[in-house]
Amino acid sequence: MDLMEFQAKELFAKHGVTTTLGVVVETAEEAKAAAEEMGGVVVVKAQVKAGGRGKAGGVKLAKTPDEAFEHATNILNLTIKDLPVNRVLITPATPPEEEYYFSFLLDRSNRQYLCIASVEGGVEIEEVAKTNPDAVKKIAIDPGTGVDADKAREIATEAAFPEPVFEQAVKMIEDLYKVFVEEDATLVEVNPLARLAGDKLEALDGKVSLDDNASEVRHPDHEEFEIREEADHLESKAKDLGLNYVKLDGEVGIIGNGAGLVMSTLDVVAYAGEAHGGVKPANFLDIGGGANAEVMANGLDVILHDPQVKSVFVNVFGGITACDEVANGIVGALKILGDEATKPLVVRLDGNNVELGRQILADANHPLVTLADTMDGGADKAAELANNQAA
Amino acid sequence: MSIYLNKDSKIIVQGITGGMGAKHTALMLDSGATIVGGVNARKAGTTVTHKDASGADVELPVFGTVKEAMAETGADVSVLFVPPAFTKDACVEAIDAEIPLIVVITEGVPVQDTAEVWSYLQGKKTRMIGPNCPGIITPGESLAGITPHTITGSGPVGLVSKSGTLTYQMMYELKDFGFSTAIGIGGDPIVGTTHIDALQAFEEDPDTKLIVMIGEIGGDAEERAAAYIKDNITKPVVGYVAGFTAPEGKTMGHAGAIVSGSAGTAAAKQEALEAVGVKVGKTPSATAELARELLRDL
Repeated sequence: MDLMEFQAKELFAKHGVTTTLGVVVETAEEAKAAAEEMGGVVVVKAQVKAGGRGKAGGVKLAKTPDEAFEHATNILNLTIKDLPVNRVLITPATPPEEEYYFSFLLDRSNRQYLCIASVEGGVEIEEVAKTNPDAVKKIAIDPGTGVDADKAREIATEAAFPEPVFEQAVKMIEDLYKVFVEEDATLVEVNPLARLAGDKLEALDGKVSLDDNASEVRHPDHEEFEIREEADHLESKAKDLGLNYVKLDGEVGIIGNGAGLVMSTLDVVAYAGEAHGGVKPANFLDIGGGANAEVMANGLDVILHDPQVKSVFVNVFGGITACDEVANGIVGALKILGDEATKPLVVRLDGNNVELGRQILADANHPLVTLADTMDGGADKAAELANNQAA
Repeated sequence: MSIYLNKDSKIIVQGITGGMGAKHTALMLDSGATIVGGVNARKAGTTVTHKDASGADVELPVFGTVKEAMAETGADVSVLFVPPAFTKDACVEAIDAEIPLIVVITEGVPVQDTAEVWSYLQGKKTRMIGPNCPGIITPGESLAGITPHTITGSGPVGLVSKSGTLTYQMMYELKDFGFSTAIGIGGDPIVGTTHIDALQAFEEDPDTKLIVMIGEIGGDAEERAAAYIKDNITKPVVGYVAGFTAPEGKTMGHAGAIVSGSAGTAAAKQEALEAVGVKVGKTPSATAELARELLRDL
């Protein structure tokens, strides 16, 4: 899960990283009130999970409460990278004298952690990485030993933090590592890490991505970071039902078992759609190994309530789950849904007990269900049906 | 011949008394695999009973530790069906016991736990497959994991894949040829055995004549594998990559399956593989067809 700036800063503060929390508001009136309360110049910042907020006009300085009102009004009307801005963060304006970059992240390729630090510019770090790569220090972290005081000092030295803020940097590196391991993050980024007037080091902006597996296993408190109104309502519903679902922008609903097979099914449907009016997959939905009637019904329930969906392709390889169980699941699901099931279903079953599974579907003889022999054939039929329905 | 697992492999199951552990212990026995016992500290000294491939009852001892299980049974493989919260400790215990191979089926392991296990494993005697994987099957010889043993038999194809069901699908597509070994390395961001490890082992395995490599979006394992193939693999390799239609920034089922910005796309992986002469199929069936053509000429 990616966090918004204000949420990332809450975690920074929790682990002793110097930052300014500010006030999060959802209306321009509240923004004005917050600016009055703070006094002086404030920054109004869009809170969305996307980079490039400043370039999109989502970050503005306000000299007066009225200006804060005006900027908040404009920013709350913005859409940044397809994400509507529903809240803004108000913080006192603290112009940095210098900007640095600092992050800890999971380094998949090398199966360890990586620290990236640069004292040459903060927000323009990608530009620095291109034009002056030597200024961006990359330091490998062994997950077995982590970052203690000595390692933090080694990192600060390697990154060449200037003397007046050096000791603060050492402490902040240790604390940021605490955020990284104690919250089970895959990314903790401070950008910019600012040197303010009086040689004060502060995390002016932050980005944190949390590991969903770890949140599930040992961080029940991470649930509060989930901001539901921004999620697609079908995704919310699927999540409540415990389904692994991602909404996409097409017309063919997809249900399958196993992440790899479902991803592959999306691709095969998209290729098939090229011959049928350009229809595309409407979603990713993995029902996993235990495809009983209830899971299948829940999956169909979510997909059939997607108004964009014109047909559904059920693609199951019976490995552990036998195909007869899956077939019973589909028949049971259609019974549970009754009149609510209105869109044509193409079903492809293969693997364990496939003959029995196909027989069960043939016997049920449901008017909406078409059986397909192969994955390619099923994808083609579902795309054709979606195109016919759309026409 | 085969890689990592053969008819002589003696398997124990960590978590043998749990629901998943019990179910798959039975299925592994049914495949003909040699299961010699299990581990559960709280149920040490008890036994569990399942049926073997011939339908006869097999009574399996439950041990308190992996070390004890190895000493008593000569086990050299452990399959883990341990809940995610306890997977790290179970792996460390098995590594400390110096068991040659652990196969971690568990899905949902915190990635930092896996990172710590990987760090701990360096310089030790254990190979780890997984986590979040279907395990490994050498058809006709042994099964350490959850792959259905009924799809197909022994043959010249070596298969390595991140995904379980795509492994099954590909085994089914090429059931007329059969497999030396099929290994599912897992869909998490960090796994113990990589595409490259499996490619190297298949290259060295005289019974593997052709390698099928299945990848998916996320990370750069496929790109790295492509570079490895160029310099090290002489056997024909056929590839498939899933996730061309996956949107940026969304995790597609597997924790590791995510396109981040322009990194980790299916198109980039396909390009990297094709650049080193790997034939990449557009769909699983097209991939199987490419493999079939090459197999006919061998």
